Amino acid sequence: MKFTLSWLKTHLATDADLPTILKALTDIGLEVEGVENPAEKLGGFRIARVLTAERHPQADKLQVLTVDHGDGAPLQVVCGAPNARAGLVGVFGMEGAVVPVNGMVLKKTAIRGVESNGMMCSYRELELGEDHEGIIELAADALVGQAYAQWAGLNDPVIDVSVTPNRQDCMGVRGIARDLAAKGLGTLNAIVVPQVQGVGPGPDVRTDDPEGCPAFFARSVRGVTNGQSPEWMARRLKAIGQKPISTLVDITNYIMIDLGRPLHVYDMATLKGGLVARKGKPGEQVQALNGKTYTVDGTMTIIADDEAVHDIGGIMGGVHSGATEATTDVLIECAYFTPERIAITGQTLGLTSDARARFERGVDPAFLDDGLSIATDLVVKLCGGTPSEATRAGFPPALPKELSYLPSQCAELAGVFVSETEQKAILESLGFAVTGQNSIVEYEDGVPVAVEAGWTITVPTWRRDIDGWPDIVEEVVRMVGLEHVPSTPLPRAPGVAKPTATPEQLVERRVRRTAAARGLAEAINWSFLSEKEAAAVGGGDWTLANPISEDLKVMRPSLLPGLLSATRRNMDRGAASVRLFEIGRRYFADKERATVGFVLAGEKAPRSWQGGKAQPFTAFDAKAELIALLTAAGAPAANLQNFGEASAAYHPGQSGTLRLGPKVVLAEYGVLHPTLAKQFGLTGTVVAGEVFPDAIPGRRKAGSLRAPYAPPALQAVKRDFAFVVPDTLEADALVRAVKGADKKAIVDARLFDVFTGPGLEEGTKSLAIEVTLQPGEKSFAQEELDAISAAVVKAAEKLGGTLRG
Amino acid sequence: MSDIANLKAGLIADIATADTLDALEALRVGAIGKNGVVTALLKTLGSMSPEERLEQGPPIQDLRESVTAALAERKAALEQAALDARLSSERIDMTLPADPGPQGSVHPVSQVMDELAEIFADLGFSVATGPEIEDDWHNFSALNIPETHPARAMHDTFYFPDAADGRKMLLRTHTSPVQIRTMTATPPPIRIIAPGRVYRSDSDATHTPMFHQIEGLVIDKGITLGHLKWTLETFLKAFFERDDIVLRLRPSYFPFTEPSVEVDVGYTLTNGQRVIGGDGDAPGGGWLEVLGSGMVNRRVIASCGLDPDEWQGFAFGTGVDRLAMLKYGMNDLRAFFDGDLRWLRHYGFSALDVPTLSGGVGA
Repeated sequence: MKFTLSWLKTHLATDADLPTILKALTDIGLEVEGVENPAEKLGGFRIARVLTAERHPQADKLQVLTVDHGDGAPLQVVCGAPNARAGLVGVFGMEGAVVPVNGMVLKKTAIRGVESNGMMCSYRELELGEDHEGIIELAADALVGQAYAQWAGLNDPVIDVSVTPNRQDCMGVRGIARDLAAKGLGTLNAIVVPQVQGVGPGPDVRTDDPEGCPAFFARSVRGVTNGQSPEWMARRLKAIGQKPISTLVDITNYIMIDLGRPLHVYDMATLKGGLVARKGKPGEQVQALNGKTYTVDGTMTIIADDEAVHDIGGIMGGVHSGATEATTDVLIECAYFTPERIAITGQTLGLTSDARARFERGVDPAFLDDGLSIATDLVVKLCGGTPSEATRAGFPPALPKELSYLPSQCAELAGVFVSETEQKAILESLGFAVTGQNSIVEYEDGVPVAVEAGWTITVPTWRRDIDGWPDIVEEVVRMVGLEHVPSTPLPRAPGVAKPTATPEQLVERRVRRTAAARGLAEAINWSFLSEKEAAAVGGGDWTLANPISEDLKVMRPSLLPGLLSATRRNMDRGAASVRLFEIGRRYFADKERATVGFVLAGEKAPRSWQGGKAQPFTAFDAKAELIALLTAAGAPAANLQNFGEASAAYHPGQSGTLRLGPKVVLAEYGVLHPTLAKQFGLTGTVVAGEVFPDAIPGRRKAGSLRAPYAPPALQAVKRDFAFVVPDTLEADALVRAVKGADKKAIVDARLFDVFTGPGLEEGTKSLAIEVTLQPGEKSFAQEELDAISAAVVKAAEKLGGTLRG
Repeated sequence: MSDIANLKAGLIADIATADTLDALEALRVGAIGKNGVVTALLKTLGSMSPEERLEQGPPIQDLRESVTAALAERKAALEQAALDARLSSERIDMTLPADPGPQGSVHPVSQVMDELAEIFADLGFSVATGPEIEDDWHNFSALNIPETHPARAMHDTFYFPDAADGRKMLLRTHTSPVQIRTMTATPPPIRIIAPGRVYRSDSDATHTPMFHQIEGLVIDKGITLGHLKWTLETFLKAFFERDDIVLRLRPSYFPFTEPSVEVDVGYTLTNGQRVIGGDGDAPGGGWLEVLGSGMVNRRVIASCGLDPDEWQGFAFGTGVDRLAMLKYGMNDLRAFFDGDLRWLRHYGFSALDVPTLSGGVGA
């Protein structure tokens, strides 16, 4: 909402200077978004008279002028404007002035060999309009030497405030003035509503849609002359960026901005029969003033005559019935449209307008008659003509609201004490009527007892947003100033602050920092994917009805696509090695699952003087990450079982899952399926994995005590075994069998070699396992070691293994 | 000079000039080996009379000790020289590069969330979460946002097809639904923060369709706007790790709070960068909007089944990405979600930069 300082002062009698007003505006909730004084950028421009104009000796299109700028000797100026001539009074930019349109600093120069001291300017050069046909021509009696901005009334700061959606009243300059007056910055000037003496009956208007348009008031004025607006009105509208159009249209805009009261004017010559506010009929169309054609429906309120729709009620008028220079008879509409209906219609049509912005916040329902009178009076004064009586169809919902309020509620909610007198004064200056006594002390049998005041507050009709006592508190506090609310510490529990993180949060933190410590960089990718990407990882359960783009449409069922896209972008930027992870949710029909995903692509180790060629990642790098992350997440690493059956995202022969029992899948990993890698434009081996922390069984908190432990006194013994086994046997099965051969003595079994080839039968392989034996109280006797070895060999034999000779 | 003295001088001289361990060994064998000259002399002692032994014993013993000592000394010297020679031959170019290993990092959004959790834990706030796919009751209606509110329009909110039970499903547009979920599930008093992803259909340099917010909620008896003010001041001072944080509170409007307050924080232009801290009204200063907040609207409290005459409190919400940008100086929000390793390494945090109260919440 923009307005100028002088405009504000038509409603507010104040001595406050601009900075004070600006600070007050922000302090009361009308945040100042900008302030600009057009005069500031016109500092070096003053009114000057062209004394002589001669042809430039070296150029046909240039003239050499002498210019009187009111100060000292006339200056010589080279000028290319066709209208430059002796006697013209225009705007002269002096040496040192900055031309607003291009930022050029004017200085003494020579143009085709002729000295030039400054510039005679066009409106466009001063950013005061589009006119660039020639230099500005002012009235001949304009005072030569005066600052142009001063003369043109441009020394008037334009203030732009942001008005919150609840404050319709501040969508008019008067509402803002009222707020400032309540803040103590002056007094609100009384508004004088003219008495319009109507001649003849009012125009034929009615409302058939009391829900959408409960009240439709109108007057006609016949015999008007619609020309250009008076200078004062045009200047104010221009200053705030409203283009003057014609007096009739400008009057409606002016009153809308001045008083927050939107109006509409119809050229009566274009109307067939009376005007009715009714619901639209399916298929009805109207070409609005913005030039676009809108198709209305049965939920929208429109204004129509016998033949056509002329107005999208409360939002935008139609082109065909709008006022033009030729208009002689005009119908002025001052209606009340229901805010909720306006909002929905505006949203449905995707149409915003100044009128909609006001009606959907809710204009003052008690201001229809006055608004219409003010508008009619202005039309008659500026355009002539004879007004009719007013037609008042329907009833605006103007019943004043009453609220009960206790002055103590201010301190109760806002924590700041404001005296009853001050509260009352603030409320009354905002237009509230307060009845009821202040708190008093009564004496019962000589004992003083406080009797608290209970107030009844009547809410002004322009404050639709006020509907409870907290609103009253807000009004008081807003005016007192939030800086006066005392900062009050929250009560603090005794002792050291207690931990607050949930087990899930702790797991997330540990996993995140483990991954980062292991060299993975954390990315945050979009939660949504394209349909194609989602389909590549099994398809998503949630598809947006209104995605921002096709690329961001389906809620991800996997973290891989986002990571793969990021990998691809990094590769495209020249990254040789990518290690990325993300912690985020996957979205399923029944729930959102916390997930950790990672991708390793490109070089595991770069080529180096030590290692030779660059090393690629293998599936076992993914497995190592997975186990590290699962361990960090608190999964029982020793009990994890290797399974196949990873999802289709992976190479079927180089992937797996880690589970607790056959059903509880904690993680999956592997070499990315080449088809998926190709879909994401990735070449070379890409390995990846996902961990599902929500599948990890929670650990019961066992207190801080650990299980008792003392390191064994005797040293552990290591024995190596190599078994020839069928090459279909999974190594993990053999290791588990070996480890289980003597649960007491064998504390670890670690596979350290896999061999196939010469010396072994076709279809077999050799697996070598280092077994760690831990003696208890005394060292192992040879017989004991032999017995353990025999048990190990027997266990391997059960799986088809034979001890290698 | 006696024979023994001559022998001693000769042997010592030979030992001192032996230039290999092998030559030295030969000398040792020749002198104190089984058949060595010194051994032979020692053997003569056994056949001597006590008087002879008294006379000749000491020089012979001295000879043996001197030769033995000289051998040992020379051996050590030769071994040292050999070691020096070997080490010298083993010299390598230690300026050759070592493998730096991969460099991981924690995303600034995660880091800031950890910082916030740490600060608010000290103030007694626990961390709450809620679903990102919400229904319109939790996201809008319960928060006193009417059907006609512009935020409900299709152009702001991402919608899904309606659920089977008729609920309008959407991506939460703010973390405020967690307020509702907490109030409906937990009896007061309540002190929570709720960080997480939120979604709005918006995209330019300062808006992305997905971003992060953090919500705060306090519901208790006798909570006032003064408590809100203190909490925000305390939190922002701790977060930005500066004592000169100046807040500007402005009355504002949110459907779910009443009164509503927007919070700006003062900044100072330093070398063209906005540095948080100082009075925004001072020359060269300005204000940046960082928070929306207010006293929880009575309707919201009632929506959650609590008695607004008994329970009262405040709520606030702020952008986590924005806080990160203000504190750490990134200027393009889109980069947060691009996964560019170069950016992640530059703006990310080491795994060990865990925010703690004792070590400081900022890394």
